Amino acid sequence: MSIRGKAAIVGAAESDLGEVGPGFTPLDLIGQATNRALADAGLEKKDVDGLFSASVYYQMPTLSAGEYLGIRPRYSDATMMGGSSFVSHLLHATAAIEAGLCEVALITYASTQLSEGGFRGVSDPPNPYETPYEPRYPVSMYALAASRHMHEYGTTREQLAAVAVAAREWAKLNPKAFMRDDLTVEDVLASRMVSSPLSILDCCLVTDGGGALLVTSAERAKDLRKPPVYLLGAGEAHWHRNISRMPDLTVTAAADSGRRAYEMAGVEPEDVDVAMLYDAFTINPILFLEDLGFCEKGEGGTFVEGGRIAPGGELAVNTNGGGLSYNHPGMYGLLLLIEAVRQLRGECGERQVEGVDIALAHGNGGVLSSQVTAVLGIESVL
Amino acid sequence: MEELSEEMTSAEAPAVTYRRHLKNGRLGYQCCAGCSAAVFYPRVLCPVCGSGALEWRESAGRGTVYATTAVHSRNRDPRNVILVDLDEGFRMMSRVEGVPAEEVEIGARVRFEVRQGAEDEPVAVFVREGS
Repeated sequence: MSIRGKAAIVGAAESDLGEVGPGFTPLDLIGQATNRALADAGLEKKDVDGLFSASVYYQMPTLSAGEYLGIRPRYSDATMMGGSSFVSHLLHATAAIEAGLCEVALITYASTQLSEGGFRGVSDPPNPYETPYEPRYPVSMYALAASRHMHEYGTTREQLAAVAVAAREWAKLNPKAFMRDDLTVEDVLASRMVSSPLSILDCCLVTDGGGALLVTSAERAKDLRKPPVYLLGAGEAHWHRNISRMPDLTVTAAADSGRRAYEMAGVEPEDVDVAMLYDAFTINPILFLEDLGFCEKGEGGTFVEGGRIAPGGELAVNTNGGGLSYNHPGMYGLLLLIEAVRQLRGECGERQVEGVDIALAHGNGGVLSSQVTAVLGIESVL
Repeated sequence: MEELSEEMTSAEAPAVTYRRHLKNGRLGYQCCAGCSAAVFYPRVLCPVCGSGALEWRESAGRGTVYATTAVHSRNRDPRNVILVDLDEGFRMMSRVEGVPAEEVEIGARVRFEVRQGAEDEPVAVFVREGS
């Protein structure tokens, strides 16, 4: 039995983004996003009977969100594997809906880290095998992967910078993007070094923000306000938690998650019209383009050169401006799903890509640790 | 109570054994009696085959830098963080001392030494082979 096409995203919305100001809590933003997603879908809060969330604030995130929103779910899933969690929630929600365990699932997340003064990440206990060396979590871990990719494949800092520049070009077309001023490869290379080879402009933004998605059965989705965005396929994979245990720093578990998603969806990389690739750091899209089959291993650096993933390029990647230039509220996976939904609905205004039938949304979590891929499509590709 | 089997009471936690070796200037790692895998960090079962029969070994302390980064923080010199592949077949995080942080190269041969870290904790570090 396949769950291909059995459920659809019917509501999608962000909370306020950027810097929301003092006093707001993540739950306030979850409230904003949820109301907007319900209005988007034409559903009411009482329709929601499945609740999915992950958080670095709340140890029991679905309990906190459920209480704040006044939702008493019959199915609750707080799967936490970092930024990819929300793509995972989409898969889990689809399975739960198909199994009859819930009918309308709300997936929600928010952070108010910027208004509180800066990056807020996970708080695992110190690791005696890594902590003594004082890597900066998580940037140093991604920097180690970038160093290895450069060593094995000749990937350059200019190619890493091309990822940031492409993201900025997309962000200029998105009124909700946090950073919209001009950016060049030279700017990225000249910016403050954080953990070599990654400079500050190779790193994602630190913003507030959140979002909400509503997922229901394909059957019920037909009668709602917006055209349904169907889950065609999804796959999860994780091979490590700590960077010192990642088997090969140039190959992520996206090789597995992507294959699983493509197989379920019955599509190939060349069928994908837009790709949302979790860009916490500029090395990420390079790795994911390779591991998800858009190019050969080692060719990701060349692939991103010359505006190939920028507006007007061969493959539209991170059309909202990504975590690098749009918003990155600690965990970004929910926001990339929202952008995929909007591209499939044709709601993206200036940055809308022509003829989007199939979108890929790929989430990453931890330190290249968890990888979750979703393939989404409109009714005509079911 | 004297009948308690080995399975139910481990004499010493893996992290404690590792630290005890390190304190004595030795880099300990585990070798799986079941599948011969070199296991690091220390644990109670082999992550390759699942066997609980892990034997402690002492590494010769020679390895090759696998990945490197220089971490920049305000008001201090950049510090080096590496992943190093030991010749016995396991990988660990560490740093290379005696070389400017940005000048540590992937592929460089390095040798293990022990330093005293914060709160008297022993820390495994590396220096360039021949230095």
